[in-house]
Amino acid sequence: MKRMEFALDLFTVFTLSAGALFFLAGTVGLIRFPDPLTRLHALTKVDNVGLGLVVVGLIPQADGWGAAFKLVVVWLLVQLSGAIVTQLIAGAIREWGPSA
Amino acid sequence: MSSWFFADAGLVLLVLAIGASTIFARKAFDAAIAFVVYGLLLAIAWVRLSAIDVALTEAAIGGGMTGTLLLGAVARLRSAEPDNIRLGLPVRLATGFCCALVAAGLAGTLLLLPEAIPTLAPAAMENLVHTGLGNPVAGVLFAYRALDTLLEKVVLLLALLGVWSLAPNNAWNGIPGLRLYERPNSTLTFLAQILPPVGIVVGIYMCWVGANAPGGAFQGGTILAAMWLLVIIARLENAPSTGQLWLRIGLVLGPAVFLAAGLAGLVSANGFLAYPPGYAKPFIVTIEFALTISIAVVLAMLAAGPSKQVQQE
Amino acid sequence: MDNFLFLIASFILATIAGGLIIILQRPAEVDRLMAAQLLGTGGVAILLILAIATKASPIADVALMLALFAAFATVAFVRDAPDPQNTARQ
Repeated sequence: MKRMEFALDLFTVFTLSAGALFFLAGTVGLIRFPDPLTRLHALTKVDNVGLGLVVVGLIPQADGWGAAFKLVVVWLLVQLSGAIVTQLIAGAIREWGPSA
Repeated sequence: MSSWFFADAGLVLLVLAIGASTIFARKAFDAAIAFVVYGLLLAIAWVRLSAIDVALTEAAIGGGMTGTLLLGAVARLRSAEPDNIRLGLPVRLATGFCCALVAAGLAGTLLLLPEAIPTLAPAAMENLVHTGLGNPVAGVLFAYRALDTLLEKVVLLLALLGVWSLAPNNAWNGIPGLRLYERPNSTLTFLAQILPPVGIVVGIYMCWVGANAPGGAFQGGTILAAMWLLVIIARLENAPSTGQLWLRIGLVLGPAVFLAAGLAGLVSANGFLAYPPGYAKPFIVTIEFALTISIAVVLAMLAAGPSKQVQQE
Repeated sequence: MDNFLFLIASFILATIAGGLIIILQRPAEVDRLMAAQLLGTGGVAILLILAIATKASPIADVALMLALFAAFATVAFVRDAPDPQNTARQ
C-alpha cells in the first residue's frame, strides 16, 4: 500500500510539473506571438492541456470518487468554454480586424 | 500555513496592480475588462481568506453578471454622443481629498484593531446545531439575521422597480432592451444549447448544498439568471415582456414565501421569523428554494434593463 | 505533498500574473479579453490545487463557478463589438 501511495505521489509530481510547464509555455506564447489569432492558439490549446495535466495529476490525491468526479466536470466545462471562447474571439477578429 | 505567505503576498500585489490598471485605463472597455479580471482574482483571494460563500458569489457576480452589465453599458456609451465636460481642478482636488479621507479612515480602523478581536463566531457555531444546518453562513443568513436577509431580497425588488421606471411611458410592461447578438451565430447557439442544462443542474446543486456547505440561494440564483440571459442573448428564446404574470409571480415568490414563513413563526414559535423547534431546516430549505427562483428572475431582469419595445399582444 | 502542491499553485499564479500584467497593457481589445480567459483557465487550476491541498472540497465549487462563467465576458464582447451597421439598432 505504501508502494502504491508512493507511486501515485510520484505520478502526481510529474503530471503537475508538466502541467505547470504547459501553463508557462502558454503564457509565454500569449505574450510573444505576433498576431491575435496565433495568441489564441497559445492561450486555449496550451493552457487547456496544462489544466488537463493538473486535473489528471490531482485525481490520485482526491479523497473519494465524488471529489475526483468534480475535478473532471470542472475540467470538461473549462474545455467547453475555452473552445467556444476561441471560436467567438476568432470570429470577431475575422470580422473586425486584429485591432477589434 | 505560513508557507503560503509568499503566494498570498503575490496575490495581493496582483490584485492591487489590476485595480490600478482599472483606474488608470484610458478607455471604458479596458476598465470594464480589467474590473472583471479584478473580480475573478478577488474570488481567489476570498478562498484564501476561507470565505468560500463569498468567493462563490464573487465568481458568479464579478465574473458573469458584472461583465455582461458593464460591457453592455460600454457598448451603449460607444454609440452615444460624447459630452465633453471636463471637470475643473478644484472639483478633482476635492474628490481626491475625500477619497483619501475614506482610505485613511479604513486604514486607521484596520491598523487599530484590538488584539483580541471581538467576535460572535464561537457563539454562532455553538448554536448552529439547533437550526439543523451545517453551514454557519446559512445559519447567520436564515436563523440569526433572517430579518436582514428578508429585507435584502425586498431591496432587490426595489432596485428592479428603479430600473423599470427608466422605461418610456408607452413601453411600460414591454420587452426589455437587452442587447442581443445581431446575426445568427452557430457558435453562440451551440454554447447556449449546451451550457444552460449544465448550469441549471449546478444552480440547483448550489442552492441545495447551501444548507450544509458553502453555497446557497444567492449563488444558485445567479447561475440560473446567467444561463437565462445567455439563452436570450443567443436568440434561442425571446426576452419576456415585463408585464407577464408568471414573471411577476416569480419575482415576488421568494420574499412572499419568506414573509409567510416569518408570519407562521408568529403563530407557531412566538416570534416573527422564529422557527418551530425541530422544523427549522425544512422551513429554511423551502425559503431558500423559493428565493433561488426569485433571485434568478430579479438578476436576469436587472441585467436586461428597462423596457424598450411595446409589448406585442 | 502539500508543500509541492503549494509550490505548483504559486508557480502557476506567478505565470498568470506575468501574463495578465503584460497583456493588460496591450491596446487591442481582443488581447484584453484573452486576459480574462487566461485568468479563467489559470484560476481554475490554482483553485483545484488549493482544494486538494487543503482538503476542502467546496473550493472546487468555486472553480466550478469560474469555469461556468469564463465565457460570459467574451459573449458580452462579441455581442457588443464595434459593428458599423448596427450601432443604431438598440
